[in-house]
Amino acid sequence: MERHGLATYLIGFVLAVVLTAIPFWLVATHALPPQRLLLVIGIAAVLQVLVHLRFFLHLNFTTTPKENLLALVFTALLIFIMVGGSFWIMFDLHQRMMS
Amino acid sequence: MFGKLTIEALPLYSAIAAGGAAVTVGGALLVAIVLTWLKAWKYLWTDWLTSVDHKRIGVMYIVLALIMLLRGFVDAIMMRAQQATALDAGGYLPPEHFDQIFSSHGTIMIFFMAMPFMTGLINLIMPLQIGTRDVAFPWLNAVSLWLSAAGAGLVMVSLVIGKFSTAGWTGYPPYSGIDYNPGVGVDYWIWAILISGVGSTMSGINFIVTILKRRAPGMTLMRMTPFTWTALCASVLMAFAFPAITVACGLLALDRLFGMHFFTNAHGGNMMNYANLFWIWGHPEVYILILPAFGIFSEVVATFSKKRLFGYESLVYATAAIAILSFTVWLHHFFTMGSSANVNAFFGVTTMVIAVPTGVKVFNWLLTMYRGRIDFHPSMMWSIGFMVTFVIGGMTGVLLAIPPADFLMHNTTFLVAHFHNMIIPGVLFGYLAGYMFWFPKAFGFELNRGWGLASFWCWLIGFYLAFMPLYLLGLKGMPRRMETYNDPTWQPYLMVAAAGAVVVLFGIASMVMQLYVSIRDRRLTADRTGDPFDGRTLEWSTSSPPPPYNFAVIPTVSDREPFLVAKKDGTAYQRPASYTPISIPSNTPAGVVLGIFAFVLGFAIIWHIWWLVAVSAIVMFTTVITRSSDDHAEFTLSAGEVKRIEDERFRELGRRA
Amino acid sequence: MSVMHLSEHEREELETREQRALGFWLYLMGDAVIFALLFATYAIMIPGTAGGPTGKQLFNLNNAALETALLLVSSLTFGFASLSVQAGNRKAVLGWLGVTFVLGAGFIFLELREFAGLIAQGAGPDRSGFLSAFFTLVGTHGVHVSMGLLWIVILGAQVAVKGLTAPVASRLFRLGLFWHFLDIAWVGIFSIVYLPGLL
Ligand code: HEM
Ligand SMILES: [Cu+2]
Repeated sequence: MERHGLATYLIGFVLAVVLTAIPFWLVATHALPPQRLLLVIGIAAVLQVLVHLRFFLHLNFTTTPKENLLALVFTALLIFIMVGGSFWIMFDLHQRMMS
Repeated sequence: MFGKLTIEALPLYSAIAAGGAAVTVGGALLVAIVLTWLKAWKYLWTDWLTSVDHKRIGVMYIVLALIMLLRGFVDAIMMRAQQATALDAGGYLPPEHFDQIFSSHGTIMIFFMAMPFMTGLINLIMPLQIGTRDVAFPWLNAVSLWLSAAGAGLVMVSLVIGKFSTAGWTGYPPYSGIDYNPGVGVDYWIWAILISGVGSTMSGINFIVTILKRRAPGMTLMRMTPFTWTALCASVLMAFAFPAITVACGLLALDRLFGMHFFTNAHGGNMMNYANLFWIWGHPEVYILILPAFGIFSEVVATFSKKRLFGYESLVYATAAIAILSFTVWLHHFFTMGSSANVNAFFGVTTMVIAVPTGVKVFNWLLTMYRGRIDFHPSMMWSIGFMVTFVIGGMTGVLLAIPPADFLMHNTTFLVAHFHNMIIPGVLFGYLAGYMFWFPKAFGFELNRGWGLASFWCWLIGFYLAFMPLYLLGLKGMPRRMETYNDPTWQPYLMVAAAGAVVVLFGIASMVMQLYVSIRDRRLTADRTGDPFDGRTLEWSTSSPPPPYNFAVIPTVSDREPFLVAKKDGTAYQRPASYTPISIPSNTPAGVVLGIFAFVLGFAIIWHIWWLVAVSAIVMFTTVITRSSDDHAEFTLSAGEVKRIEDERFRELGRRA
Repeated sequence: MSVMHLSEHEREELETREQRALGFWLYLMGDAVIFALLFATYAIMIPGTAGGPTGKQLFNLNNAALETALLLVSSLTFGFASLSVQAGNRKAVLGWLGVTFVLGAGFIFLELREFAGLIAQGAGPDRSGFLSAFFTLVGTHGVHVSMGLLWIVILGAQVAVKGLTAPVASRLFRLGLFWHFLDIAWVGIFSIVYLPGLL
C-alpha cells in the first residue's frame, strides 16, 4: 500500500465541505427555483462522490489495481441499469394506473 | 417465552402432513443412528464439518443438493399425483397443502438443489483447474456452505413445526403480506432465502477473487478452462444480483414484522415494486444456474469427443455477453403487469437478443463433436440429451418473449413447461454430467456406467412425458398452480405427465443404485492415475482424490489445455528435485457454528422468540469476531510430509504401469 | 515496492492482503447495489404518503446538516488514523480511532433522536409506504455506521493488545474503506432524501 499524505485528506475534506455547503445553503435560502436546485444538488452529489473516491478511498489510475476499478465501473453500470430500469418501469406503471 | 410457538404447530391436523413430518424426523434420526453405529461422529466432525478444504466443502454442497433433490422430487411427484386425479375436486390434497407443495418444490429446487449443486461443483473443480491450493477465503467458504445448509434446514423444519409458504417460490405480495398470510409459512420462506442468500453472495465474491488472483503462473484469462470462465461469470452475477433479492425479501420481512407498507394494498404500498426487485435478481439467477452447466458441457464434450473445444473465444465472449445482458431483461417475467407498449417491447427485444449468444454455444458444442471419436460416457449422454432438448425450450422461450404471446401464455402450464424445459436439461443435466464426470476426481473411483446410462434415459424420457403435455395444456388454457379443475379434457394430459414423473422416479432410483454399485465395486474401478478419461486440463494432473494441497508444485501453464500438452510432450507426471513446505488453512468449527446459529436465528425470528434472536445474534457476532481476529489460522505441512504423500502417489502411478 | 526482492513468505503475505482488499472491495460494491435499490425504492415511494406527513413537513435541515458534518469530519479523522498507521504511531492510531468513534456515535445519537421524534409525532415507519422507505433507507445506513463503531472498538482493542502488526494494519485498511464508503452513502442520503424533501 502506498502512502497517502496529509495533504490528500485535507484537500478532499475542503472540497467535500464546499460541495456539501453549496446545496445545503441553497436549500436553506431557496435561492433557486426547485427544478434548478435539484440539478445543482445532483451535480454536487456526483462531484462529491468522486471527491470521496479520489481523496479518501485513494482511487486513481496508476496505483489502484485494475480489478478494483473494473468492479467499480461495472457496479456503476449495474446501478444505472437497475435504478434507471426500475424508475422507467415503475413511473410508467404509475402513470398508467394511478392517474 | 416461545413466541408464537405452541403445540398447535405440530402437523397433527392431517395424515399426509403428519406423514411428511414423520419421514423428515425419521430420516434425520436414521442418519444419526447409522452415524452412531458406525462411530463416525468424530470423523465426520474433524474431517468434514469443520473442514475448510474447498474439495470437501464442494462435496458437502453436492450432498446437500442431492438430498434436497430427493425432497424436491417428492414434492413434484405429489403434485403430479394430485393433478392427475384432481378432476372435479378429486385428488387427495387439500388446497392449502397443495399450495405449500408447489411453493416448497420451487424454492427447494432453485435455492437448495440447484444453487448448492453449482456452488459445490465450482468449489470442487475450479481451484484445481486454475492450479491453486485453495480458494481465496477458505473459512468464508465454509461459512457460505453452512449458511446454505441453515436455509435448507429451515425449509425442512417447516415440515415438522408449522407450515411452509403457500405463496409460490416467488412470494408475491400482497398475498404474501401479513394481512393475507398471518401464519409462519411465508416467514420460513423469507428467512430460508435471506440466510442462504448471504452465503451465495459470499461464495460469489470468494470465487471471483480466487479466479482473478490465484491462477497458476502462465494461465492468462484466455487460457482458463470454459468451466472456470462460466464460473467466473456466474460468480459475478451472484455477487451483484443477490443483493436485489436480499432487498426484496428484506423489505417483505419488514412489512410482515413491523407493519411497514412497502408492498401492502393500502397505506401507500407498492406491490409492483416487489416484482420489480425480485426479478432484478431472478433473471440473472437463471444464468447463475445455467452458465456453469454450459461450462461443464464444454469440458465434457471436448473430453469425450477427444477434440479441442470448437470456437473457445466465441464461447468466452458469448458467456460474458450473456452475463451482462442478463441484467437487462427482467421485466419479461411481468409483461402482464400493465406497462406501456414501449417498455414491454424494449424488454421483449433484449430477451430475444440474449438468445443469440446462447445459440452460438450450441454450435460450439455441435462442431466440437463433429468428426470426433465420441465416447458415450453417461456425462456425454447428458450433454447430448441437453442439446436436443434445450433447443426446444429455447424456442418456446423466444415465443414467450413476444409480449402479446406472453399475455396468452403467462401463468399457464405452457410457462411451467418452458422453464422446466430450460432448467432440467440445461441446469440439472449439466450438473449431473459434471457429477458423473468429476466423481472419480473427488473420490478416487468411477461411477458405474450402466446405471448412469439407465438414469439418463429415464430422466430424458420422463422429462418429455412429464412436460410436453404441459405445453399443450397451456395452449388449451390451463393455469399453473391448480389444485383442482373441472375440464375433463385436461385429465389425459395430466395422466401422461404423472407417468412421466414416475419414469423420472426410475431415473432417480438408478442414480441411487449407481452410487451403491459403484461404492461396492470401488476397487475394480479405482482411478490410480488421477486421469481416467484422458483429461485435458489441470484437475486431471493431480491424484484422485487430490492431496490437501492439490499440487505439490504449482504448475506453470503455457496452453489452454495444459495437461494434454504435457502428456504429449512427456512432461506430465514429473517429480521435482525437492519439495518445499506448504502452509494450509486449519480446520475450524466457526463455519458450522455460524450455520447452526443462523438456523436458530431464523427459526427464532419466524416464531417471534425475541430473546433467542438476541442470543443467537450474539453468538454469531462472537464467533465471527473471534475467528477473524485470529492471526494464525493455518498450519504448515513439512517438506518431508509432502514428500511422503507424493511418494505414495508415484508408487500408485508406477503400479499401473 | 517491487515484488522482486521479497521472500516467499513475504510474497504470500502480500498476495493474501491483495486478495482480501479485492474481496472486501467487492463486498462494498454489493453493498452499493443494496443501497442503490433502497434509494430507488425510496424514490418510487415518495408519493405513497397515504395522506400522512410528507418529507417537507418532517425533515429538519439543521439536523441533517449536523449529521453530515459529524460524518464528514469523522472521515477526515479516520484518514488521520490511517496516516498514523503508516507512521507506525500506535498511540496516535488509538487517539484518532477514539475521535472517530465519538463522532460516529454522535451521528447515531442524532439519528436516533430524529427517529424517536418522528415516531412520537405519529410518523413512524408503519404510518405510510413513504415513511417505511425513509426509515429503512436511513436506518440501513445507521445500522452500517453502528457496525462500523463496533468494528472500531474491536480493532482498537487489537491495536492496543497486538500492536500495529501486519494483519492488524490490513484490517484497519479495510475498516477505513468501509468507513469512507458509508460517508459516500450518506452523500446519497442527504442529496436524495433530505435536500429534495425540503424543497
Ligand atoms: C422431474 C422433475 C420435476 C417435476 C416432475 C416437476 C414438476 C413440477 C410441477 C408439477 C410444478 C407445479 C406446476 C404448476 O404450478 O402447475 C412445478 C413447479 C416448479 N418447478 Fe418443478 N418439477 C421438476 C423438476 C424441477 C427442477 C429440477 C426445478 C429447478 C431447478 C424445478 C423448478 C420449479 C419451479 C421454480 C416451479 C414453480 C413453483 C411455483 O409455482 O411457485 N422443478 N414443478
Ligand atoms: Cu427471465
